[in-house]
Amino acid sequence: MRHFQVLFGSMVLLVCAATAQQTAPAPASGTSSDTSALEQKIRDLEDRLVMLEGQVRQLKAQGVPAPAQNAAAAATPSSATASQDQVATPQGAAGYTAGAGDNVRLGGAGGAAGKALNPDISVIGDFIGGAGHNPLNPTPSFQMHESELGLQAIVDPYARADFFISFGEAGVNLEEGFITFTALPAGFVAKAGKMRAAFGKVNTLHNHVLPWVDRPLVNQNLVGGEDGIDDAGVSFEHIIPAPRNWFLDFTGQAFRGDSADVYTSSNKNDLSVVGHVRGYRDLTDNSNIDLGVSYSRGHNLFGSDFITNLYGIDATYHWKPLRRSIYRSFIARSEFIWRQQHQPSLAACQTIPCPLNMAAGFQRSFGFYASGDYQFARRWFMGARVDRSDRAFNAHLNDQGGSLVLTYWPSEFAQIRGQYRFTRYADKFDANEAFIQLQFALGAHGAHPF
Amino acid sequence: MMLSKSLCLALAALLCVALTPPTAAARNLKVVTTLTDLASLTQEVGGDKVDVEALAKGYQDPHFVDPKPSFLLKLRHADLLILVGLDLEIGWLPPLITQSGNGNIQPAAPGYLDVSQFAEILEIPQGAVTRAEGDVHPLGNPHYWLDPDNGRRIAKGIAGKLTEMDPADRAYFQQREQDFEKRLAEADKKWQAQMASYRGRKIVTYHRSWPNFTKHFGLNVIGYIEPRPGIPPTPSHTIELVNLMKRENVKIELIEPYFDVKTPESIARMTEAKVVVMMPSVGGKPEITDYFRLFDYDIAILTQAFQQTQ
Repeated sequence: MRHFQVLFGSMVLLVCAATAQQTAPAPASGTSSDTSALEQKIRDLEDRLVMLEGQVRQLKAQGVPAPAQNAAAAATPSSATASQDQVATPQGAAGYTAGAGDNVRLGGAGGAAGKALNPDISVIGDFIGGAGHNPLNPTPSFQMHESELGLQAIVDPYARADFFISFGEAGVNLEEGFITFTALPAGFVAKAGKMRAAFGKVNTLHNHVLPWVDRPLVNQNLVGGEDGIDDAGVSFEHIIPAPRNWFLDFTGQAFRGDSADVYTSSNKNDLSVVGHVRGYRDLTDNSNIDLGVSYSRGHNLFGSDFITNLYGIDATYHWKPLRRSIYRSFIARSEFIWRQQHQPSLAACQTIPCPLNMAAGFQRSFGFYASGDYQFARRWFMGARVDRSDRAFNAHLNDQGGSLVLTYWPSEFAQIRGQYRFTRYADKFDANEAFIQLQFALGAHGAHPF
Repeated sequence: MMLSKSLCLALAALLCVALTPPTAAARNLKVVTTLTDLASLTQEVGGDKVDVEALAKGYQDPHFVDPKPSFLLKLRHADLLILVGLDLEIGWLPPLITQSGNGNIQPAAPGYLDVSQFAEILEIPQGAVTRAEGDVHPLGNPHYWLDPDNGRRIAKGIAGKLTEMDPADRAYFQQREQDFEKRLAEADKKWQAQMASYRGRKIVTYHRSWPNFTKHFGLNVIGYIEPRPGIPPTPSHTIELVNLMKRENVKIELIEPYFDVKTPESIARMTEAKVVVMMPSVGGKPEITDYFRLFDYDIAILTQAFQQTQ
């Protein structure tokens, strides 16, 4: 409180001084230079008042009142030591010290200070309704597909942390939870925790930033579907010197080695690794191109002796006229992915569980998607996607399909999307499906890496 | 053995090179600002002792800037990042700062300067804030640089920060800041004189981008083309606004260059009003090359519109 009292006191004095200056009768021998000096003085006082207001705003935002009580106590050590009741007890990482009469709280500061230090909290709901027949990949008529809880904050001067916890209708999954070290020397950015791997584009994206209801066939078949390569590990990123006007960036990651049906860690040494090089260039103020090459390697579900290699290239062209950026935009994107993996003979399937339709021996699978999304009004987007992918465990089986998408944003915080999807499965049947998706956001969801 | 020793030495040498901070004394301070207006103010006080670059373009909606990797190249070596704050850049700046790999410009680091602390902030919501009110800024209206008084205060704040980072050039920054203040005061007298006949005039604006500007020049904003901040015009709100404009005899619709003029023009046809596309930032037009020319341009087209609708 003392901070505020001092600030408000100063402000009142300044206002009084300014008023006095304004209302004081002009001296009889006043000259124009006196007047301008007076005006200057008033301006200076106004500026100081505005600056003090700014400081009050900042102090309020930082939740100063609670610790200020203790600051006051600390300022008078003799009184603080006079009674044992007033001995301050350090509580929590926030540095808040509980004084006389305060209840001891676990986990740090309480009251206004506690709220100020809370992370940004957000929830994004993802409701999907589906129609159509698809025996291979059935979807319910209605589902609250995901509720993503985001908790994001700066940890200390050297790091920030982001948690994204995904609640399904039946279970909870830590989609991502990592610390980012932002102040490392030599321009390195490091992360540790569970995170989506930097393999290609779609694998890095959360559901709510996808331009479709689903993920492309190639991601479903070869890169672990919705969960994708999402694992606990460490990541290093660094910008590499590049020719003029090019942005080049390298990311290297090492994970425990457990990711959907892509990698399985049978023992502690079965780590998986991911490497990604990104090249980006602004073509004009309104358009840019983003290219990527990815590689990943790990052990698959058949055991430590069986390796899966993933190779990918991705390309994104983005057009957005800056003067009309909220009304028009176009994004074309494509990813080509190759998966090569060692598999045991079919005889081994008598002792270990094998996927359906698995083929024996080394498999080389390939798949891609290509899509375009055009924003034709402030709230409206339409898009199309072409899909084709071999199956990971039997490269002779090939699925293909396509989708048409229409999206409407009632506001920045809600989105309604319709998608028609056609899939011709290798199992000799076609699936025609329609989806409607509602996404809605509460709270302050920070922008994701781009 | 020899090979591993050499390898260790080479690695140690590399590490030393990587960890040795570059000497700042010999070079200009590298300043990156989010908006062009802040770049202009920094250039005014920093002169030839600073290299300034802005991320967004002057004709771009500052709420919706795409965080492009090319921005990282600018931020990577910045000594100082200057931002508007009040959540204006919340949708695009935080991931850029995180991914920049530059410890100098992380929030609360010495090279992170939110200049909203120096400015008079209007429209700070009182009580509970919900998104039912649209895309409100809970900390107050972030378009505060459109008031020359705030321009002066921001310049003073920037000069203070530059002095802190480069104390050797203290006198230089102080002298430039005082000179800027003097020139701005003279220019403001001219702008006030140009706008004097129109003080108290009622206008409508598209978005709430102009409260500081209208307060400074004594204009009275009685309505908005957006029904709520960030929500596009709806037919029912447009009809209400047309009726209000007719009733209050409002003849000026003030809009930003990045909004569609279709609705404002149809309102103009119904109310015999004039659509005035004002520039909210330096660089909005090629001729708006600095903070002074921004007001020169805006006041020229606004006074012209007032004359035409008298």
